[in-house]
Amino acid sequence: MSGRVTNVVLAGLGGQGVIKASEILCDAAVRAGHDVKKAEVHGMSQRGGSVTSDVRFGPKVLSPMVPRGEADFLLVLAASEVEVTRPLLRPGGVLIAPDLVPEAELGNRRSLNVALLGALSAHLSIPAEVFLDAVKAALPERLHALNAQAFAAGRARGEKAAVVGR
Amino acid sequence: LQFSVKTYHNAVHSLFSERTVDDRKLLSGDEAVALAAKDAGIALGTGYPGTPSTEILETFGALGGNARWAPNEKVALEVGLGAAFGNARALVTMKHVGLNVAADPLFTAAYTGVAGALVVVTADDPGMSSSQNEQDNRRYAIAAGLPMLSPADAQEAYDFLLAAVELSERWKLPVLFRMTTRVCHSKSLVRRRGPGAPPRAPFFERDIPGRVMVPAFARPAHRRLRAKLDELARFAETTDLNVVTDADPDLGIITDGVSYLHAAEAAPAASTFKIGLVHPLPLERIRAFARRVRRCLVIEEGDPVIADALRAAGIAVESKPAAFRFGELDVARVRRILARDESPEPPAPKGKPPELCPACPYHPVYAALRKLDCIVAGDIGCYTLGVMEPYRAMDTCVAMGASLGVGLGLRHVLPPEQARRVVSIIGDSTFIHSGVSGLMELVYNPPPLGHVVIVLDNGITAMTGQQEHPGTGRSLAHGPAGHVSIEGLVRAMGVEATVIDAFADPAGFEKLLESRLAGGQVSVIVSRRPCILAAADIRRWDEENASRTAGAGCAGCAEVDG
Repeated sequence: MSGRVTNVVLAGLGGQGVIKASEILCDAAVRAGHDVKKAEVHGMSQRGGSVTSDVRFGPKVLSPMVPRGEADFLLVLAASEVEVTRPLLRPGGVLIAPDLVPEAELGNRRSLNVALLGALSAHLSIPAEVFLDAVKAALPERLHALNAQAFAAGRARGEKAAVVGR
Repeated sequence: LQFSVKTYHNAVHSLFSERTVDDRKLLSGDEAVALAAKDAGIALGTGYPGTPSTEILETFGALGGNARWAPNEKVALEVGLGAAFGNARALVTMKHVGLNVAADPLFTAAYTGVAGALVVVTADDPGMSSSQNEQDNRRYAIAAGLPMLSPADAQEAYDFLLAAVELSERWKLPVLFRMTTRVCHSKSLVRRRGPGAPPRAPFFERDIPGRVMVPAFARPAHRRLRAKLDELARFAETTDLNVVTDADPDLGIITDGVSYLHAAEAAPAASTFKIGLVHPLPLERIRAFARRVRRCLVIEEGDPVIADALRAAGIAVESKPAAFRFGELDVARVRRILARDESPEPPAPKGKPPELCPACPYHPVYAALRKLDCIVAGDIGCYTLGVMEPYRAMDTCVAMGASLGVGLGLRHVLPPEQARRVVSIIGDSTFIHSGVSGLMELVYNPPPLGHVVIVLDNGITAMTGQQEHPGTGRSLAHGPAGHVSIEGLVRAMGVEATVIDAFADPAGFEKLLESRLAGGQVSVIVSRRPCILAAADIRRWDEENASRTAGAGCAGCAEVDG
């Protein structure tokens, strides 16, 4: 995957932690030495509407937006958003859907975003410990253990993420 | 960099202390502008909140800059102009439609010029992610006769803001700084520059013919402006704000802003003319570029502003097909433009639209408007979402503050059975912004059957992410500030004002509205309850401010944002 830009789209509903997850992913990519760009539309998302965030990293990133149908990874936090965002994936891209990590394996439902980042991390060259540093940097200390557990649960299931062909 | 404690933007601000590669930081364009404003010695930052520009002043304030919200963009621009008359460096921020409000002083400020520096950020919203239109404010640079910079990403937002301050001081002109949603809200790595020329200490120097724009002084002032623009046009031919890359002689792309990044990705081999100073254009340099390539295309978002200017100058360039005037560009759309592909584009994913929060205090208001079958002249804010199901209780939404005038116009002409159902509905921040003028029209030219205005007061500018305004009595940083009473203002104009909490008393609100509609008088109902997303913060800010004022005595005054 080195040498080219990795395209990730994160999707969900306002308040689910989509933006937080994309912040963590960006931080991890920066820590791993990549050029990084991130794009999303603020504004109406606080009002419970759909939210997507584009994260691109690699040796050099130009446009901040992931071209439609060219996402390598689609990470979705809300079941209702899976079908509407699926066309963003490239053929053979990887869908990380919200049911990938059972709720029982999360300490708290609100950690789903970090769990799905764990699943994503299984597909990326960014080391897990770099991801965990980024998770810790983004969250207050009292949530570190809970989210480290969620990250590990996601990472263990990451390989099972669906490859979507078209 | 020290940051004050913030609630809504803490995630954003944590970036300053975290993400770094060598000395670079991952920043949004808005954050980069704020950082540059700090580094450029901006003495005063002012504006009115508006997506996607809002975070600039919030971040500037959090960085320790002197940042404050004005009641509207016109006032903000005038405050910035005054500061720049006083030899200070000033920054004024607003969204694209805000520049319409500020256009009156802007055009004449081009004549007066400035003594210090004045940079005016206009944040355009192609694709209308959170706006009522997608006007292209590059047109304002041409219309007002002002230089305009157009950054492509956060690094350029930082660098160009520093350049804008320099340009403004060099030519003694306000400088327009045009951002777009993707430049404002996209994040990329930013390297901070060393300090530039330090600002002078502000002082006043009288210049009556230069600043008192009566016709006798304005006529020569217009000639001075055009002479400056001629000089700027020569400057444009050589400045490194514009970057030319000669590569493939078969394809040349002329572009600006974020479109450059899409184009560079879609056609990596092409020769490119990246325009950073979009007004005045470097026409001769572009003419030479166009001659060097076989096919020469202008890739620009929004209106064909650059393409039209080049064609008017006799430079043969290809413009995008009409369909690409609408919405944002991206890599895929630029590929289509390059391929002259005008086949229908795939529809954007249809996500869940936003809606009023489940616990929003406005629900009972819209339920009553719907039940009473009101004709609702609406306004701009979260409460515009009353147009959605299940209420569909809004019939017009045009511009900030327009609900009063539009409601009155309807009242004046409609037959009585319809006229008496017309209601104007407006939020607290919008009322302060420009609803007040409509209230004067209500007093001065009341419709025969009266009129009912509902002010939805949730104690914050909620839509843009919870900013303060004069009606909240808190400063930009949520500290103590002067307070404008909405009902006090209404009563001072001789209009009856009733304050109610529709959420706590839905039946009482409905009854009140019904009786006011039947009464045939002019009246204002203020429905007051804090925004559900901000209520806890508002309570905390007010408690902190009360204890600061109560305990600090005279020292408290010094604590007021200054």
